[in-house]
Amino acid sequence: MPESDRNIVVMKGIDKSFPGVHALQNVDFSLAKGEIHALVGENGAGKSTLIKILTGVDRADRGTIELDGRVVVVRSPLQAQELGISTVYQEVNLCPNLTVAENILIGRQPSRFGVSVDWKKLNTQAREYLKQLEVQIDVTRPLGSYSVAIQQMAAIARALVVSNAKVLILDEPTSSLTAHETAQLFKVMRKLKSEGIAVVFITHFLDQVYEVSDRVTVLRNGALVGTYPTASLARLELIRLMLGRSITALDDMSAHKIESSQHIKTDALLKADELGLSNSIDPFTLTLHAGEVVGLAGLLGSGRTEVANLLFGVDKPDAGSLTMDGKPVTDFTPAGSIHRGIALCPEDRKVEGIVADLSVRENIILAMQAGLGWFRRIGTKEQYEIADKYIKLLNISTPTADQQIKNLSGGNQQKVILARWLAANPRLLILDEPTRGIDVGTKADIQKLVLSLAEEGKSCIFISSELDEVLRTSHRIVVMRDRSKVTEFSGQVDEQDIMQAIAGSAS
Amino acid sequence: MNGSFSRTWGRLTESMLFLPTAALLLILIADFFLIPGFFSIQLKGGHLYGNLIDILVHGSPTMILAMGMTLVIATGGVDLSVGAIMAITSSVACVMINPTIVGMNLTDPQKFINDPQYTWAPLWAVIVVPMVIATLCGLWNGVLVAYGRIQPMVATLVLMIAGRGIAQLITNAIQIIIFNDTYAFIGNGYILLPFSLYVAVAVFIGAWLLTRRTSIGVFIESVGINYRSSFYSGINEKKIKLFAYGFCGFCAGIAGLIVTSNIRTSDANQIGMYTELDAILAVVIGGTLLGTGGRFSLMGSAIGALVLQTTITSMLSFGVPASAVIAVKALVVIAVVLLYAEQVKGFVRRLGSSSLRRETAQ
Repeated sequence: MPESDRNIVVMKGIDKSFPGVHALQNVDFSLAKGEIHALVGENGAGKSTLIKILTGVDRADRGTIELDGRVVVVRSPLQAQELGISTVYQEVNLCPNLTVAENILIGRQPSRFGVSVDWKKLNTQAREYLKQLEVQIDVTRPLGSYSVAIQQMAAIARALVVSNAKVLILDEPTSSLTAHETAQLFKVMRKLKSEGIAVVFITHFLDQVYEVSDRVTVLRNGALVGTYPTASLARLELIRLMLGRSITALDDMSAHKIESSQHIKTDALLKADELGLSNSIDPFTLTLHAGEVVGLAGLLGSGRTEVANLLFGVDKPDAGSLTMDGKPVTDFTPAGSIHRGIALCPEDRKVEGIVADLSVRENIILAMQAGLGWFRRIGTKEQYEIADKYIKLLNISTPTADQQIKNLSGGNQQKVILARWLAANPRLLILDEPTRGIDVGTKADIQKLVLSLAEEGKSCIFISSELDEVLRTSHRIVVMRDRSKVTEFSGQVDEQDIMQAIAGSAS
Repeated sequence: MNGSFSRTWGRLTESMLFLPTAALLLILIADFFLIPGFFSIQLKGGHLYGNLIDILVHGSPTMILAMGMTLVIATGGVDLSVGAIMAITSSVACVMINPTIVGMNLTDPQKFINDPQYTWAPLWAVIVVPMVIATLCGLWNGVLVAYGRIQPMVATLVLMIAGRGIAQLITNAIQIIIFNDTYAFIGNGYILLPFSLYVAVAVFIGAWLLTRRTSIGVFIESVGINYRSSFYSGINEKKIKLFAYGFCGFCAGIAGLIVTSNIRTSDANQIGMYTELDAILAVVIGGTLLGTGGRFSLMGSAIGALVLQTTITSMLSFGVPASAVIAVKALVVIAVVLLYAEQVKGFVRRLGSSSLRRETAQ
């Protein structure tokens, strides 16, 4: 068959178990030369595990990997690179304080007389490689001084240099890129494709799957659902394949929202009056009522997170005032906010959310326990009860409450962090990008949860880059731009109006 | 049944106590074959004697230090000053029993030598005041680390160096000899077993209750693993660190009292010398990660202290000259570093599953 000649990677019958989880069950996966192959599925579907097996991070319990028609055993990421399989991870794994050129060519530096590094040549080579990716920057500056997008390009350049790659795996490369940067990345991907490199593209953005990929492989709960030519697969069908059910839940929500807006109290719960912090966020005025969901819309870096950090006391304001229940707030610390009944589910799950080595149970009770202090320890039995309650309520998939949180998939980690804040029983819950990098099903769950909290009389600030989510959940929408509050919408709003507010008056 | 074996093996090898316990057992087994009579214990005049008892006695100061050190290391820090704090404590205690040495005029200076019950300050104060001072020393470290944001190694180095000088100043650089028998009981007394052992056990239980029966333990771990997440969760990272260093100073104080009482002298130059390294080593053997912090095990550290002491006692009974024992300690360090590497741990874990696979294949 000519089809099989074109295949560069064929994985057959891959099976892998971790303690308590059957991560992959008899999965087949093939990758052709010169194609962009999207790999999709909900969190915990097995995408990462499959990639880890292909790149030698983990070893399969059963199954074979063929590369160029030969059966290979990939023992380590290093060996995978030698075989021509390179990976660029979600978080860029380079050294921010080395120069761009050093990052690209580290370990492969051209040398003079085999002794000293030929810096001139190093920089020229690095510039060449980046030029191939149509990036033109000063390669002698530290990598950390560039945007995430450029850093990613450097990582790709490095992946291509180091291994002379035949297969390039991009794990969620676009999750922190702007639309423009994403377009640039796609251009590079198409260029690599035309050179015969097979690109594996893992993403949660279905738009991007359709925009750039030739074929799409769907995984669900560790099993292969199928591989399809992207062009002939309808979008709703793809979602159905990923979820194993059709989604109607999201459609019910707007009715739900209108219903819940009846219960909004008129007294202000929290009032920020010209609150601001220089070099962070311009003074803004914002009033929140019990039972209300306020959405913060705006681009990345528009000041949404800064608003959340001020309200929760991560940063101390240097202008304006904040009152809660009519009393002025003086103690700007997270601990103080927890006492007042405010919770913040932070944007960066890894750095600000999870405590990786602690168990799911300990992660869930952490904020509640911090509120109680050092000497009023929640009893072990009660801890299990609380943990089990939220594991069930939020449908967290973990073998036991004692599993370390780092072993959970991203979406489930996010649910645990949500549980931590729900357990603290706040009156105001601030959610900063709660749905980033998690699957469609969990997204819908979280949005539903927000509305049901509002119905219980709690207040919520919902921050998201995805405008339709903000629209769906919020009773009122605040638009941020360039680190200041631009305007507020309430009642029936049109997506177009908000987009225009986000983009600025010029458009 | 095979499956359950592999699962039990997995759980066993993943436990923090697995390696320290295995190491201790290995050394004891080697002793059993190599050193005749190593395990014999005799009862003489109501006191138990034997190599095992020696290990417990000589290991108890390290064990006590290791309790405090465990908490400090779990927050992601380290305390190099515990040895110096021991020296300060011993100087203070000795001066309080016999202040003539620092120029105080007393009616009958000979009384200190002739009356084995006489002490200038009341005995309770001789114990409490040095411990308070030791705790303050620890808190000083904590302030530098938590509020001054100084690297723990640098911050505690200050007291490590200055501490011995302070200890010398207190006693005018003179070694004070103690004749008070009651005080000497702390480090020399017996109630069937040596008294210092009871102190060590009490400190262990106290530390366990203080960390595991309150939320302090989980907060310490949380701060060590991810202090930003802890901050967002409302945990006061600074207070937690202050507590850990303060407690570490307190433990050093107790260890200092035991050692002075044992040798009946305040020797600012020698007391507690290199003990900070023993304590750190005990904690590391116990499985708490140096540098990164996080999960800690007080039991592991206690066993770690025993591993260290058993090695030394075994070497001495085997006839290795005392001067060479330090070299043996270096070997222990190398062994620990190798054993705790992830690769070796993974290998041990796989041993269980591969032996299982072989069985099923047959």
